[in-house]
Amino acid sequence: MIKVNNIYKLFERTTVLKNISAEFEKGKTNLIIGQSGSGKTVLLKCLLGLHTPEKGKIFFDNSSLTDMKEKERRKLRQEMGIVFQGSALFDSMSVEENIIFPMKMFTNKNDDEILDRANEVIERVDLTNSNDKMPSELSGGMQKRVAIARAIVMNPKFLFCDEPNSGLDPRTSILIDNLINEITKEYNITTVINTHDMNSVMEIGENIIFLQNGIKEWEGSNQDIFKTENKSFIDFVYSSEILKKARKALKNK
Amino acid sequence: MKIIKNIGSYFLMLLKVFGKFTKWNVLKSLIFKDIEVLIIGSLGIVSVISFFVGGVVAIQTALNLTNPLIPRNLIGYATRQSIILEFAPTFMSIIMAGKVGSYITSSIGTMRVTEQIDALEVMGINTYNYLIFPKIIALLLYPFVITFSMFLGVLGGYVASVSGGLCSSAVFIEGVQIDFIPFHIQYAFIKTTLFSFLLATIPAFHGYYLKGGALQVGKASTVSFVWTSVVIILANFIITQLILA
Repeated sequence: MIKVNNIYKLFERTTVLKNISAEFEKGKTNLIIGQSGSGKTVLLKCLLGLHTPEKGKIFFDNSSLTDMKEKERRKLRQEMGIVFQGSALFDSMSVEENIIFPMKMFTNKNDDEILDRANEVIERVDLTNSNDKMPSELSGGMQKRVAIARAIVMNPKFLFCDEPNSGLDPRTSILIDNLINEITKEYNITTVINTHDMNSVMEIGENIIFLQNGIKEWEGSNQDIFKTENKSFIDFVYSSEILKKARKALKNK
Repeated sequence: MKIIKNIGSYFLMLLKVFGKFTKWNVLKSLIFKDIEVLIIGSLGIVSVISFFVGGVVAIQTALNLTNPLIPRNLIGYATRQSIILEFAPTFMSIIMAGKVGSYITSSIGTMRVTEQIDALEVMGINTYNYLIFPKIIALLLYPFVITFSMFLGVLGGYVASVSGGLCSSAVFIEGVQIDFIPFHIQYAFIKTTLFSFLLATIPAFHGYYLKGGALQVGKASTVSFVWTSVVIILANFIITQLILA
Protein backbone atom coordinates (compact mmCIF):
# COMPACT_ATOMS: atom_id res chain seq x y z
CA MET A 1 0.00 0.00 0.00
CA ILE A 2 1.14 3.55 -0.72
CA LYS A 3 -0.01 6.42 1.47
CA VAL A 4 0.42 10.07 0.57
CA ASN A 5 0.05 12.55 3.43
CA ASN A 6 -0.48 16.24 2.74
CA ILE A 7 2.23 16.72 0.15
CA TYR A 8 3.15 20.01 -1.46
CA LYS A 9 5.45 20.37 -4.44
CA LEU A 10 6.81 23.66 -5.72
CA PHE A 11 8.74 24.49 -8.86
CA GLU A 12 10.45 27.81 -8.30
CA ARG A 13 7.48 29.88 -7.06
CA THR A 14 4.68 27.82 -8.58
CA THR A 15 2.91 25.35 -6.32
CA VAL A 16 2.22 22.33 -8.50
CA LEU A 17 0.77 20.04 -5.82
CA LYS A 18 -1.24 21.48 -2.93
CA ASN A 19 -1.94 19.41 0.14
CA ILE A 20 -2.47 16.08 -1.63
CA SER A 21 -3.43 13.08 0.49
CA ALA A 22 -4.36 9.69 -0.94
CA GLU A 23 -4.15 5.97 -0.39
CA PHE A 24 -3.24 3.58 -3.16
CA GLU A 25 -4.36 0.10 -2.23
CA LYS A 26 -2.70 -3.24 -2.80
CA GLY A 27 -4.23 -5.53 -5.43
CA LYS A 28 -6.17 -2.65 -6.94
CA THR A 29 -5.66 -0.45 -10.00
CA ASN A 30 -5.35 3.06 -8.59
CA LEU A 31 -5.76 5.87 -11.08
CA ILE A 32 -4.56 9.45 -10.94
CA ILE A 33 -6.57 11.42 -13.45
CA GLY A 34 -6.76 15.04 -14.49
CA GLN A 35 -6.21 17.40 -17.39
CA SER A 36 -2.75 18.08 -18.80
CA GLY A 37 -0.91 20.31 -16.34
CA SER A 38 -3.03 19.24 -13.38
CA GLY A 39 0.01 17.84 -11.55
CA LYS A 40 -0.55 14.12 -12.03
CA THR A 41 2.89 13.43 -13.56
CA VAL A 42 4.53 15.44 -10.76
CA LEU A 43 2.61 13.38 -8.18
CA LEU A 44 3.72 10.16 -9.91
CA LYS A 45 7.33 11.37 -9.97
CA CYS A 46 7.07 12.19 -6.25
CA LEU A 47 5.90 8.61 -5.64
CA LEU A 48 8.84 7.32 -7.66
CA GLY A 49 11.23 9.49 -5.68
CA LEU A 50 12.27 11.41 -8.79
CA HIS A 51 10.89 14.61 -7.20
CA THR A 52 11.03 15.40 -3.50
CA PRO A 53 7.96 17.14 -2.06
CA GLU A 54 8.59 20.33 -0.08
CA LYS A 55 6.08 19.29 2.57
CA GLY A 56 4.25 16.10 3.50
CA LYS A 57 5.17 12.42 3.51
CA ILE A 58 4.87 9.40 1.27
CA PHE A 59 4.72 5.94 2.83
CA PHE A 60 5.41 2.66 1.10
CA ASP A 61 4.06 -0.09 3.40
CA ASN A 62 4.66 2.18 6.41
CA SER A 63 8.23 3.14 5.40
CA SER A 64 8.54 6.84 4.72
CA LEU A 65 10.05 7.49 1.29
CA THR A 66 10.71 11.11 2.19
CA ASP A 67 12.85 10.11 5.20
CA MET A 68 14.76 7.31 3.46
CA LYS A 69 18.48 7.46 2.86
CA GLU A 70 19.74 7.02 -0.72
CA LYS A 71 20.68 3.39 -0.05
CA GLU A 72 17.21 2.54 1.32
CA ARG A 73 15.63 4.42 -1.55
CA ARG A 74 17.62 2.35 -4.09
CA LYS A 75 16.47 -0.83 -2.35
CA LEU A 76 12.85 0.31 -2.46
CA ARG A 77 13.20 1.19 -6.14
CA GLN A 78 14.13 -2.40 -6.86
CA GLU A 79 10.62 -3.27 -5.65
CA MET A 80 9.08 -0.86 -8.14
CA GLY A 81 8.22 -1.44 -11.76
CA ILE A 82 7.44 1.44 -14.06
CA VAL A 83 5.92 1.83 -17.48
CA PHE A 84 6.79 5.25 -18.87
CA GLN A 85 4.63 7.26 -21.24
CA GLY A 86 7.00 6.71 -24.16
CA SER A 87 7.84 3.17 -22.95
CA ALA A 88 11.49 4.24 -22.28
CA LEU A 89 12.91 1.04 -23.73
CA PHE A 90 16.68 0.97 -24.09
CA ASP A 91 16.96 1.41 -27.84
CA SER A 92 20.38 -0.22 -28.11
CA MET A 93 18.98 -3.46 -26.64
CA SER A 94 16.66 -6.11 -28.08
CA VAL A 95 13.31 -6.99 -26.47
CA GLU A 96 14.91 -9.84 -24.54
CA GLU A 97 17.88 -7.73 -23.41
CA ASN A 98 15.53 -4.98 -22.23
CA ILE A 99 13.60 -7.47 -20.14
CA ILE A 100 16.58 -9.30 -18.65
CA PHE A 101 18.38 -6.02 -17.88
CA PRO A 102 16.99 -5.54 -14.32
CA MET A 103 17.70 -9.20 -13.49
CA LYS A 104 21.28 -8.92 -14.71
CA MET A 105 21.72 -5.79 -12.63
CA PHE A 106 20.22 -6.93 -9.37
CA THR A 107 20.11 -10.72 -9.12
CA ASN A 108 22.69 -13.46 -8.93
CA LYS A 109 20.65 -15.82 -11.11
CA ASN A 110 22.52 -17.72 -13.80
CA ASP A 111 21.89 -17.10 -17.50
CA ASP A 112 19.44 -20.02 -17.86
CA GLU A 113 17.32 -18.89 -14.92
CA ILE A 114 17.31 -15.32 -16.23
CA LEU A 115 16.27 -16.47 -19.69
CA ASP A 116 13.52 -18.72 -18.30
CA ARG A 117 12.02 -15.86 -16.32
CA ALA A 118 12.32 -13.50 -19.30
CA ASN A 119 10.50 -15.98 -21.55
CA GLU A 120 7.83 -16.41 -18.87
CA VAL A 121 7.01 -12.68 -18.81
CA ILE A 122 7.36 -12.36 -22.59
CA GLU A 123 4.71 -15.07 -22.88
CA ARG A 124 2.60 -13.35 -20.21
CA VAL A 125 2.44 -10.14 -22.25
CA ASP A 126 1.83 -12.04 -25.51
CA LEU A 127 5.10 -11.18 -27.19
CA THR A 128 6.34 -14.65 -28.04
CA ASN A 129 8.77 -14.73 -31.01
CA SER A 130 9.75 -11.09 -30.52
CA ASN A 131 12.79 -11.75 -28.32
CA ASP A 132 15.37 -10.61 -30.85
CA LYS A 133 13.50 -7.61 -32.21
CA MET A 134 14.77 -4.11 -31.50
CA PRO A 135 12.39 -1.52 -29.97
CA SER A 136 12.38 0.44 -33.24
CA GLU A 137 10.91 -2.60 -35.01
CA LEU A 138 7.92 -2.76 -32.68
CA SER A 139 4.55 -1.02 -32.82
CA GLY A 140 3.50 1.34 -30.00
CA GLY A 141 1.34 -1.34 -28.40
CA MET A 142 4.14 -3.91 -28.53
CA GLN A 143 6.58 -1.42 -27.01
CA LYS A 144 4.14 -0.91 -24.13
CA ARG A 145 3.97 -4.68 -23.65
CA VAL A 146 7.77 -4.89 -23.50
CA ALA A 147 7.77 -2.04 -20.98
CA ILE A 148 5.19 -3.92 -18.88
CA ALA A 149 7.23 -7.13 -19.14
CA ARG A 150 10.37 -5.27 -18.01
CA ALA A 151 8.42 -3.69 -15.15
CA ILE A 152 7.12 -7.00 -13.80
CA VAL A 153 10.13 -9.23 -14.43
CA MET A 154 11.52 -8.62 -10.92
CA ASN A 155 8.16 -9.37 -9.24
CA PRO A 156 7.69 -5.78 -8.04
CA LYS A 157 5.46 -4.85 -5.11
CA PHE A 158 4.53 -1.55 -6.75
CA LEU A 159 3.74 -0.92 -10.41
CA PHE A 160 3.57 2.61 -11.81
CA CYS A 161 2.28 3.44 -15.27
CA ASP A 162 2.52 6.93 -16.71
CA GLU A 163 -0.11 7.36 -19.43
CA PRO A 164 0.20 3.71 -20.51
CA ASN A 165 -2.13 4.09 -23.46
CA SER A 166 -1.05 7.42 -24.88
CA GLY A 167 -0.55 7.19 -28.63
CA LEU A 168 -2.41 3.88 -28.88
CA ASP A 169 -5.61 3.16 -30.74
CA PRO A 170 -8.71 2.54 -28.56
CA ARG A 171 -8.64 -1.24 -29.10
CA THR A 172 -4.95 -1.59 -28.15
CA SER A 173 -5.54 0.80 -25.22
CA ILE A 174 -8.18 -1.52 -23.79
CA LEU A 175 -5.88 -4.53 -24.26
CA ILE A 176 -3.07 -2.74 -22.40
CA ASP A 177 -5.47 -1.61 -19.64
CA ASN A 178 -6.77 -5.14 -19.21
CA LEU A 179 -3.24 -6.55 -19.18
CA ILE A 180 -2.23 -4.13 -16.41
CA ASN A 181 -5.40 -4.95 -14.48
CA GLU A 182 -4.83 -8.72 -14.79
CA ILE A 183 -1.20 -8.38 -13.73
CA THR A 184 -2.25 -6.30 -10.69
CA LYS A 185 -4.57 -9.08 -9.52
CA GLU A 186 -2.24 -11.93 -10.47
CA TYR A 187 0.81 -10.51 -8.68
CA ASN A 188 -1.29 -8.80 -5.95
CA ILE A 189 0.63 -5.56 -6.36
CA THR A 190 -0.15 -1.90 -5.77
CA THR A 191 -0.65 -0.37 -9.20
CA VAL A 192 -0.78 3.38 -9.75
CA ILE A 193 -1.75 4.57 -13.22
CA ASN A 194 -1.54 8.11 -14.40
CA THR A 195 -4.02 8.78 -17.19
CA HIS A 196 -6.52 11.14 -18.75
CA ASP A 197 -8.12 8.45 -20.86
CA MET A 198 -11.74 8.03 -19.78
CA ASN A 199 -11.90 4.55 -21.34
CA SER A 200 -9.24 3.42 -18.88
CA VAL A 201 -11.07 5.11 -16.04
CA MET A 202 -14.27 3.27 -16.83
CA GLU A 203 -12.56 -0.06 -17.58
CA ILE A 204 -10.15 -0.45 -14.69
CA GLY A 205 -10.58 2.49 -12.28
CA GLU A 206 -11.07 0.78 -8.93
CA ASN A 207 -9.69 3.70 -6.93
CA ILE A 208 -9.52 7.05 -8.67
CA ILE A 209 -8.20 10.42 -7.58
CA PHE A 210 -8.94 13.44 -9.70
CA LEU A 211 -6.51 16.36 -9.70
CA GLN A 212 -7.14 19.87 -10.91
CA ASN A 213 -4.60 22.69 -10.68
CA GLY A 214 -2.60 20.62 -8.20
CA ILE A 215 -5.54 20.06 -5.85
CA LYS A 216 -7.30 16.75 -5.23
CA GLU A 217 -10.85 17.53 -6.29
CA TRP A 218 -12.47 14.13 -6.15
CA GLU A 219 -11.87 10.53 -5.06
CA GLY A 220 -13.86 7.38 -5.70
CA SER A 221 -14.23 4.38 -8.00
CA ASN A 222 -15.52 4.06 -11.57
CA GLN A 223 -18.87 3.06 -10.08
CA ASP A 224 -19.14 6.43 -8.30
CA ILE A 225 -18.56 8.54 -11.40
CA PHE A 226 -22.22 8.69 -12.45
CA LYS A 227 -23.31 9.70 -8.96
CA THR A 228 -20.86 12.53 -8.40
CA GLU A 229 -21.99 16.13 -8.12
CA ASN A 230 -18.47 17.61 -8.12
CA LYS A 231 -18.64 20.28 -10.84
CA SER A 232 -14.95 20.22 -11.83
CA PHE A 233 -14.98 16.44 -12.11
CA ILE A 234 -18.21 16.47 -14.12
CA ASP A 235 -16.66 19.06 -16.46
CA PHE A 236 -13.60 16.85 -16.88
CA VAL A 237 -15.48 13.59 -17.41
CA TYR A 238 -18.18 15.04 -19.62
CA SER A 239 -15.91 17.33 -21.53
CA SER A 240 -18.05 17.27 -24.67
CA GLU A 241 -21.57 18.69 -24.93
CA ILE A 242 -22.82 15.35 -26.32
CA LEU A 243 -21.68 13.55 -23.17
CA LYS A 244 -23.17 16.24 -20.93
CA LYS A 245 -26.52 15.86 -22.67
CA ALA A 246 -26.28 12.06 -22.41
CA ARG A 247 -25.65 12.39 -18.65
CA LYS A 248 -28.63 14.69 -18.24
CA ALA A 249 -30.80 12.25 -20.18
CA LEU A 250 -29.57 9.34 -18.03
CA LYS A 251 -30.29 11.30 -14.84
CA ASN A 252 -33.77 12.23 -16.00
CA LYS A 253 -34.61 8.61 -16.66
CA MET B 1 25.88 32.98 -12.06
CA LYS B 2 24.69 30.20 -14.35
CA ILE B 3 28.25 29.31 -15.26
CA ILE B 4 29.22 28.98 -11.58
CA LYS B 5 26.17 26.81 -10.96
CA ASN B 6 27.10 24.63 -13.95
CA ILE B 7 30.69 24.25 -12.76
CA GLY B 8 29.37 23.19 -9.34
CA SER B 9 26.95 20.73 -10.92
CA TYR B 10 29.78 19.33 -13.06
CA PHE B 11 31.94 18.56 -10.02
CA LEU B 12 28.96 17.11 -8.12
CA MET B 13 28.31 14.91 -11.14
CA LEU B 14 31.93 13.70 -11.02
CA LEU B 15 31.49 12.77 -7.36
CA LYS B 16 28.38 10.76 -8.21
CA VAL B 17 30.16 9.01 -11.10
CA PHE B 18 32.49 7.47 -8.55
CA GLY B 19 29.63 6.74 -6.12
CA LYS B 20 27.77 3.43 -6.08
CA PHE B 21 29.30 1.18 -8.73
CA THR B 22 27.35 -0.79 -11.30
CA LYS B 23 27.73 -4.57 -11.31
CA TRP B 24 31.11 -5.42 -12.85
CA ASN B 25 29.70 -7.82 -15.49
CA VAL B 26 27.42 -5.09 -16.83
CA LEU B 27 30.08 -2.40 -16.55
CA LYS B 28 32.62 -4.55 -18.42
CA SER B 29 30.38 -4.95 -21.44
CA LEU B 30 29.61 -1.22 -21.44
CA ILE B 31 33.34 -0.39 -21.34
CA PHE B 32 34.09 -2.69 -24.29
CA LYS B 33 31.17 -1.23 -26.23
CA ASP B 34 32.42 2.30 -25.57
CA ILE B 35 35.99 1.35 -26.56
CA GLU B 36 34.63 0.09 -29.85
CA VAL B 37 32.56 3.21 -30.52
CA LEU B 38 34.78 5.93 -29.06
CA ILE B 39 38.29 4.60 -29.73
CA ILE B 40 38.22 2.08 -32.56
CA GLY B 41 35.50 4.08 -34.32
CA SER B 42 37.69 7.18 -34.30
CA LEU B 43 40.80 5.62 -35.84
CA GLY B 44 39.64 6.20 -39.43
CA ILE B 45 39.08 9.94 -39.16
CA VAL B 46 42.20 10.36 -36.99
CA SER B 47 44.32 8.54 -39.60
CA VAL B 48 43.10 10.60 -42.53
CA ILE B 49 43.38 13.96 -40.75
CA SER B 50 46.78 13.22 -39.20
CA PHE B 51 48.34 11.97 -42.42
CA PHE B 52 47.26 14.96 -44.49
CA VAL B 53 47.88 17.60 -41.83
CA GLY B 54 51.39 16.14 -41.38
CA GLY B 55 51.86 16.55 -45.12
CA VAL B 56 50.64 20.16 -45.04
CA VAL B 57 52.95 21.04 -42.11
CA ALA B 58 55.94 19.68 -44.08
CA ILE B 59 54.99 21.56 -47.26
CA GLN B 60 54.41 24.85 -45.43
CA THR B 61 57.71 24.52 -43.55
CA ALA B 62 59.53 23.86 -46.83
CA LEU B 63 57.87 26.89 -48.42
CA ASN B 64 59.30 29.11 -45.69
CA LEU B 65 62.84 27.81 -46.09
CA THR B 66 63.95 30.46 -48.53
CA ASN B 67 67.31 31.12 -46.88
CA PRO B 68 69.91 28.61 -48.24
CA LEU B 69 71.72 28.72 -44.89
CA ILE B 70 68.80 26.96 -43.17
CA PRO B 71 69.21 23.19 -43.53
CA ARG B 72 66.45 21.24 -45.29
CA ASN B 73 66.31 18.77 -42.42
CA LEU B 74 64.33 21.46 -40.57
CA ILE B 75 61.28 20.16 -42.51
CA GLY B 76 61.45 16.83 -40.64
CA TYR B 77 62.28 18.55 -37.36
CA ALA B 78 59.41 21.07 -37.62
CA THR B 79 56.94 18.39 -38.68
CA ARG B 80 57.90 16.17 -35.74
CA GLN B 81 57.74 19.00 -33.21
CA SER B 82 54.43 20.40 -34.48
CA ILE B 83 52.80 17.00 -34.60
CA ILE B 84 54.06 15.70 -31.26
CA LEU B 85 53.73 18.86 -29.20
CA GLU B 86 50.55 20.38 -30.49
CA PHE B 87 48.74 18.86 -33.42
CA ALA B 88 48.26 15.28 -32.21
CA PRO B 89 47.43 15.94 -28.54
CA THR B 90 45.58 19.25 -28.71
CA PHE B 91 44.08 19.78 -32.14
CA MET B 92 43.19 16.14 -32.55
CA SER B 93 41.40 16.42 -29.18
CA ILE B 94 39.37 19.35 -30.49
CA ILE B 95 38.43 17.30 -33.53
CA MET B 96 37.52 14.46 -31.17
CA ALA B 97 35.38 16.89 -29.14
CA GLY B 98 33.32 17.18 -32.30
CA LYS B 99 33.18 13.49 -33.05
CA VAL B 100 33.26 11.70 -29.71
CA GLY B 101 31.85 14.60 -27.68
CA SER B 102 28.80 15.03 -29.89
CA TYR B 103 28.19 11.30 -29.78
CA ILE B 104 28.34 11.24 -25.97
CA THR B 105 26.07 14.29 -25.57
CA SER B 106 23.51 13.13 -28.08
CA SER B 107 23.40 9.52 -26.88
CA ILE B 108 23.00 10.48 -23.20
CA GLY B 109 20.72 13.40 -24.12
CA THR B 110 18.45 11.15 -26.16
CA MET B 111 18.26 8.76 -23.22
CA ARG B 112 17.25 11.73 -21.06
CA VAL B 113 14.47 12.98 -23.35
CA THR B 114 13.07 9.48 -23.94
CA GLU B 115 12.97 8.88 -20.16
CA GLN B 116 15.49 6.01 -20.38
CA ILE B 117 17.57 7.68 -17.67
CA ASP B 118 14.47 7.97 -15.46
CA ALA B 119 13.81 4.27 -16.08
CA LEU B 120 17.37 3.41 -14.95
CA GLU B 121 17.03 5.72 -11.95
CA VAL B 122 13.75 4.12 -10.88
CA MET B 123 15.39 0.69 -11.10
CA GLY B 124 17.79 1.89 -8.42
CA ILE B 125 20.82 2.25 -10.70
CA ASN B 126 23.44 4.95 -10.16
CA THR B 127 22.92 6.43 -13.61
CA TYR B 128 26.02 8.65 -13.34
CA ASN B 129 28.22 5.63 -12.89
CA TYR B 130 26.33 3.49 -15.41
CA LEU B 131 26.42 6.09 -18.18
CA ILE B 132 29.60 8.08 -17.62
CA PHE B 133 32.16 5.83 -15.92
CA PRO B 134 32.50 3.39 -18.89
CA LYS B 135 33.19 6.36 -21.16
CA ILE B 136 35.91 7.67 -18.86
CA ILE B 137 37.58 4.24 -18.81
CA ALA B 138 37.19 3.72 -22.56
CA LEU B 139 38.77 7.10 -23.24
CA LEU B 140 41.78 6.18 -21.12
CA LEU B 141 42.83 4.41 -24.32
CA TYR B 142 42.76 7.76 -26.08
CA PRO B 143 46.57 8.22 -25.82
CA PHE B 144 46.77 5.16 -28.06
CA VAL B 145 44.81 7.09 -30.71
CA ILE B 146 47.20 10.00 -30.29
CA THR B 147 50.24 7.73 -30.70
CA PHE B 148 48.66 6.61 -33.95
CA SER B 149 48.06 10.22 -34.92
CA MET B 150 51.71 11.17 -34.17
CA PHE B 151 53.04 8.33 -36.27
CA LEU B 152 50.74 9.03 -39.21
CA GLY B 153 51.34 12.79 -39.00
CA VAL B 154 55.10 12.35 -39.30
CA LEU B 155 54.59 9.75 -42.02
CA GLY B 156 52.36 12.20 -43.91
CA GLY B 157 55.11 14.83 -43.65
CA TYR B 158 57.65 12.31 -44.93
CA VAL B 159 55.52 11.26 -47.91
CA ALA B 160 54.73 14.89 -48.84
CA SER B 161 58.39 15.95 -48.55
CA VAL B 162 59.90 13.06 -50.45
CA SER B 163 57.24 12.73 -53.13
CA GLY B 164 57.04 16.52 -53.56
CA GLY B 165 60.80 16.83 -53.90
CA LEU B 166 61.06 19.12 -50.88
CA CYS B 167 63.91 17.10 -49.41
CA SER B 168 65.38 13.62 -49.66
CA SER B 169 64.24 10.71 -47.52
CA ALA B 170 67.53 10.67 -45.58
CA VAL B 171 67.37 14.42 -44.87
CA PHE B 172 63.78 14.23 -43.62
CA ILE B 173 64.60 11.28 -41.33
CA GLU B 174 67.68 13.09 -40.07
CA GLY B 175 65.43 16.08 -39.22
CA VAL B 176 62.97 13.84 -37.41
CA GLN B 177 65.79 12.45 -35.26
CA ILE B 178 67.56 15.71 -34.56
CA ASP B 179 67.45 17.12 -30.99
CA PHE B 180 64.78 14.63 -29.99
CA ILE B 181 63.66 15.12 -26.38
CA PRO B 182 61.80 12.02 -25.14
CA PHE B 183 60.11 14.11 -22.43
CA HIS B 184 58.06 15.82 -25.13
CA ILE B 185 56.30 12.52 -25.72
CA GLN B 186 55.56 12.26 -21.98
CA TYR B 187 54.29 15.83 -22.02
CA ALA B 188 52.00 14.97 -24.93
CA PHE B 189 50.65 11.90 -23.13
CA ILE B 190 50.07 13.80 -19.88
CA LYS B 191 48.04 16.35 -21.84
CA THR B 192 46.18 13.67 -23.73
CA THR B 193 45.20 11.79 -20.58
CA LEU B 194 43.71 14.94 -19.08
CA PHE B 195 41.97 15.76 -22.36
CA SER B 196 40.51 12.25 -22.50
CA PHE B 197 38.89 12.85 -19.11
CA LEU B 198 37.50 16.19 -20.32
CA LEU B 199 36.31 14.56 -23.56
CA ALA B 200 34.31 12.00 -21.59
CA THR B 201 32.89 14.17 -18.83
CA ILE B 202 32.02 17.59 -20.32
CA PRO B 203 29.84 16.17 -23.14
CA ALA B 204 28.32 13.70 -20.66
CA PHE B 205 27.41 16.62 -18.39
CA HIS B 206 25.65 18.43 -21.24
CA GLY B 207 23.75 15.28 -22.20
CA TYR B 208 22.84 14.24 -18.67
CA TYR B 209 21.37 17.58 -17.58
CA LEU B 210 19.61 18.24 -20.86
CA LYS B 211 16.03 19.50 -20.65
CA GLY B 212 13.55 19.49 -23.49
CA GLY B 213 13.18 17.43 -26.64
CA ALA B 214 14.94 16.47 -29.85
CA LEU B 215 15.82 20.06 -30.76
CA GLN B 216 17.59 20.52 -27.42
CA VAL B 217 19.64 17.37 -28.08
CA GLY B 218 21.06 19.05 -31.19
CA LYS B 219 21.67 22.32 -29.35
CA ALA B 220 23.31 20.53 -26.42
CA SER B 221 25.71 18.74 -28.80
CA THR B 222 26.83 22.09 -30.21
CA VAL B 223 27.17 23.70 -26.77
CA SER B 224 29.06 20.67 -25.51
CA PHE B 225 31.50 20.89 -28.47
CA VAL B 226 32.13 24.58 -27.80
CA TRP B 227 32.73 24.09 -24.07
CA THR B 228 34.86 20.97 -24.48
CA SER B 229 37.05 22.82 -27.01
CA VAL B 230 37.35 25.90 -24.79
CA VAL B 231 38.26 23.85 -21.70
CA ILE B 232 40.77 21.76 -23.69
CA ILE B 233 42.48 24.91 -24.97
CA LEU B 234 42.59 26.46 -21.49
CA ALA B 235 43.87 23.21 -19.96
CA ASN B 236 46.46 22.99 -22.73
CA PHE B 237 47.76 26.44 -21.86
CA ILE B 238 47.91 25.69 -18.12
CA ILE B 239 49.65 22.33 -18.58
CA THR B 240 52.14 23.78 -21.03
CA GLN B 241 52.93 26.57 -18.58
CA LEU B 242 53.38 24.09 -15.76
CA ILE B 243 55.43 21.51 -17.65
CA LEU B 244 57.34 23.24 -20.39
CA ALA B 245 57.68 26.89 -19.36
